[in-house]
Amino acid sequence: MNSTGDSTTDTSLPARLYSEIDVTTETAAELGLTATEYREILTILGRKPTYTELGIYSVMWSEHCSYKNSILQLKTLPRSGGRLLVEAGEENAGLVDIGGGYAICFKIESHNHPSAVEPFEGAATGVGGILRDIFTMGARPIAALNSLRFGELTTQRAKYLLKGVVSGIGHYGNCFGVPTVGGEIYFDDCYTDNPLVNAMAVGIVKTDATASATAKGAGNPVMILGSSTGRDGIHGASLLASREFDEKTADMRPTVQVGDPFSEKLLLEATLELIASGCIVGMQDMGAAGICCSTSEMSAKGGAGMFIELDLVPLREQGMSAYEIMLSESQERMLAVVEKGKEHIAQAICNKWDVPITQIGRVTDDGMIQIHYQGRQVVELPAETLVLGGGAPVYERESTEPGYFADVRRTDLSEWNLQGEENEQWFWRLLTSPTIASKRWAFEQYDSQVRTNTVSISGDAAVMRIKELPGKGLAVTTDCNSRYAYLDPYRGGMMAVAEAARNVVCVGAEPVAITNCLNFGNPYDPEVYFQFKEAIRGMGDMCRALNTPVTGGNVSFHNESQRHAIFPTPTIGMLGLIDDLDRVCGCGFRNEGDVILMLGVQRNDIGGSEFVKLVSGKITGDAPVFDINQEVRLQKATLHGIRNGLIHSAHDCSEGGLAICLAEKAITSPYSLGADIDFPFSLDSANLFGETQSRIVVTVAPEAAELLYSVCAASDVACVEIGTVCTDTFTVGGLLSTSVEELKSMYFGALEQRLAQI
Amino acid sequence: MKFGVITFPGSNCDHDALWAASHVGTSQTLWHKDEAIPSDVECVIIPGGFSYGDYLRCGAVARFSPIMKDVFRFAERGGTIIGICNGFQILTEAGLLPGVLLRNDTMSFVCKDVYLKTENCNTTFTNSIKPDSVLRVPIAHGEGNYYAEAETIARLEAENRIIFRYAAPDGIVSRRANPNGSINNIAGIINERGNILGMMPHPERYSDARLGCDDGLSVFASIARALQQAVFR
Repeated sequence: MNSTGDSTTDTSLPARLYSEIDVTTETAAELGLTATEYREILTILGRKPTYTELGIYSVMWSEHCSYKNSILQLKTLPRSGGRLLVEAGEENAGLVDIGGGYAICFKIESHNHPSAVEPFEGAATGVGGILRDIFTMGARPIAALNSLRFGELTTQRAKYLLKGVVSGIGHYGNCFGVPTVGGEIYFDDCYTDNPLVNAMAVGIVKTDATASATAKGAGNPVMILGSSTGRDGIHGASLLASREFDEKTADMRPTVQVGDPFSEKLLLEATLELIASGCIVGMQDMGAAGICCSTSEMSAKGGAGMFIELDLVPLREQGMSAYEIMLSESQERMLAVVEKGKEHIAQAICNKWDVPITQIGRVTDDGMIQIHYQGRQVVELPAETLVLGGGAPVYERESTEPGYFADVRRTDLSEWNLQGEENEQWFWRLLTSPTIASKRWAFEQYDSQVRTNTVSISGDAAVMRIKELPGKGLAVTTDCNSRYAYLDPYRGGMMAVAEAARNVVCVGAEPVAITNCLNFGNPYDPEVYFQFKEAIRGMGDMCRALNTPVTGGNVSFHNESQRHAIFPTPTIGMLGLIDDLDRVCGCGFRNEGDVILMLGVQRNDIGGSEFVKLVSGKITGDAPVFDINQEVRLQKATLHGIRNGLIHSAHDCSEGGLAICLAEKAITSPYSLGADIDFPFSLDSANLFGETQSRIVVTVAPEAAELLYSVCAASDVACVEIGTVCTDTFTVGGLLSTSVEELKSMYFGALEQRLAQI
Repeated sequence: MKFGVITFPGSNCDHDALWAASHVGTSQTLWHKDEAIPSDVECVIIPGGFSYGDYLRCGAVARFSPIMKDVFRFAERGGTIIGICNGFQILTEAGLLPGVLLRNDTMSFVCKDVYLKTENCNTTFTNSIKPDSVLRVPIAHGEGNYYAEAETIARLEAENRIIFRYAAPDGIVSRRANPNGSINNIAGIINERGNILGMMPHPERYSDARLGCDDGLSVFASIARALQQAVFR
């Protein structure tokens, strides 16, 4: 105001507002806002923002909260229909009707950047955050899953991250009391600097007892419940999650939150009782961007505003500024709008569970977020301007086909297609490669059974019974082969959805809906954006074909280091429904003498396979051929065969191809049954280890084989006999002969051995 | 007969214990802040979980909860008490059972099926288990490594108070079958009077054939049988 002709004169801050630091374009840039975005803020407000307001815009307009670079693509996905009760993006998590008055609430979310910096706490709070998303809607969490990616286990960093992440996931889920029932772990060099930690939670709720993330009713008290607020996690969403990894990343460790699963367990019980008591108008958990995200999103959703006094927020540190309180990502907190006059009910429930609850403000009807602290007003913002679907920016980014496509697709793979006996050593190398070998070392660190609903975790998807609906069950899985998505993002997107559905089908469930976690590099890189758009196009096409709409999920960009971006990794969390738990199917061989049949077409497809990676050291070639209709037919025929009791075991053919699929069926056999395999095709690497899509290996009683052939013929699905189930030994004619015990010892011991090597 | 299952803050197997107990009797929750156990409760179950977060020693805080005062009186009167996992840890912290549960020798949490050899089928908790039969029951703990001084172990052995030992599927007790480093493969013990059992494995998790195994139900069935016979006597 003292300078003359300064363009800031007409945007100066009114006297009623207090800013601890004078805001400039540079301040905005430091908080991750572009010059254009800052100008947009000046236009919206008609004045300069206060420092706290600027902080709020910076997190609310970050990719993490606003989906500004992804929403246009996300809107192309099928997001309604089927059994969906809530359209994607409407609430904290998706809701799927399962009949009988119940719904399943499920979602997957990434915590990649925090886990890269501090693996234990990063992974633990990832689990905590996704659980809160589920129970804030009134659902009791009944299962947790995860999807993890690390660099090759030859590096100390990959081992350190793997051990920290697995122990963090176990620590949080075990103490909280949710069974961790499924997951996947892949190892590829591109994840060395930037591992992926995607956590999924599944909950159950009565359809008429859900809570919404909304603020309504002027005068209703706004209450904060759960842990006190500290300086942890400030700018986790806007800075840490929204930049690439470099030498400064380690300095960002303070932006990682610290989790307390015990507090979360109490918060869960209190929250569910609060919702059941009828005193709650709306509720949202506080994860990314803390109080500013929950106040603005709830207000915008309810078309209301909020008047908040930060002096009332219970703090765990002294001397915190308004900016810090608003942006803190301290864990295990909820914001609730309580019906006026029912505060005492909320208070009593929280007292019962020893969960602190404090009124920090009230709902208003002017649509404004007004924040006061220490006698001064520090924020006066229209809530609508902060959120996705409101004032948050929306960008269509430039995209160009990646240059590497031509290189990888030109690779001549024929020299790697080895013949006959040469393949025996590669069979053992594949069976013991970390991506394929048993992950028992990890999953035994997770409590997989608490709440006594876990029917099986040994099949292609986890099977859970639903106590509320006797005889019925769920199947859940997470899947994504990012190598295919790297070689061809469109087909990779389709195949991720298809494999997840296939896994659910293999246990006897009908796929009904997905949640996705889209992990990509920097969206401002046109080649990365191309991968993103194409992967989504592929997912959308597959979801439409399977009638499995997307219930929601999360986008994680900027997964790259100075060396390179990660493979595009659109992780799919799939939900399947089981009508009759007496007709579920396992993966392993069940009866001696059963006939082994392969459903699907055998092709010469080794591009992007684990075999080519091992033999050549590269992820190269073209992604496998994929035919949507063939996949749909295969799944229908398989599900029909399982539901009619024809099929005794089913396992989908994935990494390592047919040979590994068969070995896994022996390894997971509850009776240690092996097989005598006689392939009706040549024993070359492509046939043995190629990852041709849309194949499922099943076993049937000899007298039922004809019936299955006719089911397949009627559905136009190829079906070929490849062997017989026998006791103790595993023989592939012309290639190898071994014992089931030997298979088990190699398969189960491999990962632990790698981890023990220095 | 009626089971009472204590819910401490952080208990997370309380629902499972209620569910399992309801297969052989009726069950109700006992709230940790209450000071009295209802008079119709005949068996108290202290369930698994992470009471008070287990941030101090496991079970060290729960032992001071208001309900525990009446648990001591209940024990004194000869009432039947079973502590599972965290419940076993609480019972040792409370001094109702000897010894302590140390960190697993593997240094990590472990959740998997184990096989239990029942060493004494002549107790309130095991009377429905066939001698020499092997139970398949899961464990899920980070601190289940049973330790006590040599004299205590000798007494437990001599008095036939080691009820369950970790064994191979064929019932052979071996070092390989020991999942956590417990002395003498101890998985569960009773007190001198025989009215209190502590065990690390979770029988309540395998009390329902729907989940693939109901070997654990025999523990609850034994309790129900023993207490019903006591009434008639």
